[in-house]
Amino acid sequence: MTDEARTATATAPQDSPDKAAGDDIIVCRDVHKWFGQLHVLRGIDMNVKSGEVVVIFGPSGSGKSTFIRTINRLEEHQRGQIIVDGIELTNDIRNIAAIRSEIGMVFQSFNLFPHLTALENITLGPIRVRKWSKDKAEQTAMELLSRVGCPEQAKKYPAQLSGGQQQRVAIARALAMRPKIMLFDEPTSALDPEMISEVLDVMRELAGSGMTMICVTHEMGFARAVANRMVLFDEGVIVEEGPPSQIFGEPEQERTKQFLSQILH
Amino acid sequence: MSVRTEHLPPPVSTIGRRAWLRQNLFSSWLSSLITIVLGGAIVLLVLLFLEWAVTDARWGVVTTNFRLFLIGQYTADAAWRVWLALMVVSVLTGVSAASTASRATRTLAIGLAAGQLLLSLIALFSDLGPLVGAALAFNGALVLAAYFGGLRFPFRGRIRTIAWVVAVPALFVLLQGIGRPLLPVVPTNLWGGLLLTFLLSVGGIVLSFPVGVLLALGRRSELPVVRLLSTIYIEVIRGVPLVTLLFIAAIMLPLVLPGGIRIEHVFRALAGITLFSAAYVAENVRGGLQAIPSGQIEAANAIGLNAYQRNRYIVLPQALRSVIPANVGLFISLLKDTTLVAIAGTGLLELLGIGRAVVAQPAWIGAQLEVYIFISAVFFFLCYVMSQASYRLEEQMGVGKR
Repeated sequence: MTDEARTATATAPQDSPDKAAGDDIIVCRDVHKWFGQLHVLRGIDMNVKSGEVVVIFGPSGSGKSTFIRTINRLEEHQRGQIIVDGIELTNDIRNIAAIRSEIGMVFQSFNLFPHLTALENITLGPIRVRKWSKDKAEQTAMELLSRVGCPEQAKKYPAQLSGGQQQRVAIARALAMRPKIMLFDEPTSALDPEMISEVLDVMRELAGSGMTMICVTHEMGFARAVANRMVLFDEGVIVEEGPPSQIFGEPEQERTKQFLSQILH
Repeated sequence: MSVRTEHLPPPVSTIGRRAWLRQNLFSSWLSSLITIVLGGAIVLLVLLFLEWAVTDARWGVVTTNFRLFLIGQYTADAAWRVWLALMVVSVLTGVSAASTASRATRTLAIGLAAGQLLLSLIALFSDLGPLVGAALAFNGALVLAAYFGGLRFPFRGRIRTIAWVVAVPALFVLLQGIGRPLLPVVPTNLWGGLLLTFLLSVGGIVLSFPVGVLLALGRRSELPVVRLLSTIYIEVIRGVPLVTLLFIAAIMLPLVLPGGIRIEHVFRALAGITLFSAAYVAENVRGGLQAIPSGQIEAANAIGLNAYQRNRYIVLPQALRSVIPANVGLFISLLKDTTLVAIAGTGLLELLGIGRAVVAQPAWIGAQLEVYIFISAVFFFLCYVMSQASYRLEEQMGVGKR
């Protein structure tokens, strides 16, 4: 069944795997994923360079969230190859731990730990995984809270924070592990309109600092301003990818025009 | 039309005491009738009970047998060891309650103090005599003294744990004795009454909780063998009455075990209660585990926590917090189920067992009511302290708030 599905759905990859230069921090080759009988990723090829900001967009159910979740192994890919910073993702627990510690992730629903304060949310990983001292972890956490603009919320619990503040604390939590790569899974979709910009500002600043970022988002203003590359997902394959000027200016695929016209109105 | 901008205070309630009565008890002629009939019946019953309690009741059945009720057939000459052990527990509880700075442990300490003070009042007029009464009163006061002392000089958490871990086996050795001439042995099958009820219930709670948590984690484990074994254990134990388990532990176990191994009576009963209760704890905790959103586990994975850290810092704190009411309910029924020990033919007489033995004494035929009222009062006191402590614990951990 798998071979049939593969030939049926294979699309011409934009980057051939052979082009993977030493500069590529993420290399994905022919990544497939099934949920039961449902073929949700149907051969994704994508390389991301260090410092690059990639925006992934596409209709719901297109596999974009599933794809970035395979990169830190929240979802397991069933065929193909994913190499992050030279380490291939396999079932080896040590590899998974090593890769996860290099990747920060920000979720649509924040997923802060409700029984811990903002500060404790941020210091948990550094203290338990990185084995930092409590003082060092707290100092770093306070610096990060200042960076995301809510140092005065350190002692509060997530339920006492607004959605925008929660998401910024979640970004600080991910950054506290000093990741090389940040994944954003629709970080503003669950926010009230007036809180979206405060989160996007933090992401913009982060992109400016040279962080490698993959963002699943429909914030087209953000994509146009910050992305090096935009990737349109549909039905588990990459439909089109290119710089924002190409995607917004002269998209090659009819599907891209159609999707953009839907979300820009 | 102008726009109101100032914030208005909420309307003040104008209900007075008389209005409250009218609204809640005498709102119509029917409800007035019900109020008068029920109120009259309650007053009548209370008066009748009080009349009986003051004039007819033979409370001597409790006071002349008070030693039996408190410590069972524990050798009378060695009874001082129990009071001494209680003294150590009193000090440790007081100090611990102060240093945990938790309202829940403070409630337990207050309960221990109040319980000993109440018992001391009865002991003064009982076969135990004023000296023991004074010792119990002293212990009760000691809990409070240790609490206030502990507030001034707080213990570190680790020292507190070590103190309890050292004290519990030491106290057990003290109670059991090491042989003549220093501390003659008091076999555990002689331990009884409130002492035994207390040991079995506190021991059962403290031991079954961690076992239950492990079983719950096991039942949700990704390892099929662990999951299967946990599930089988839980289902089998939950399908068997506690009495049969106690019977097996008391009578079958010694037959099955190889000759040299003898397990003390108390431990057999404790094992039965613990193994039984653990299965129920496991199912409660499993409920809490299932209520944790998958996003929490994903977030824990994403920051690189391993399986142990994920459970220890993210999953269990949230799961256990949400099942406090269910678990305390379970522990309250565990406390009351210790009465089954006497029924299961273990040869052990806990509080209720002693009560049944006392009622059978020729001198006290017909005094059942007095005995069972006393026993009920003791159980009510213990359960009430536990449920109060659990409310404090819920508040403190913010169930449903955070």
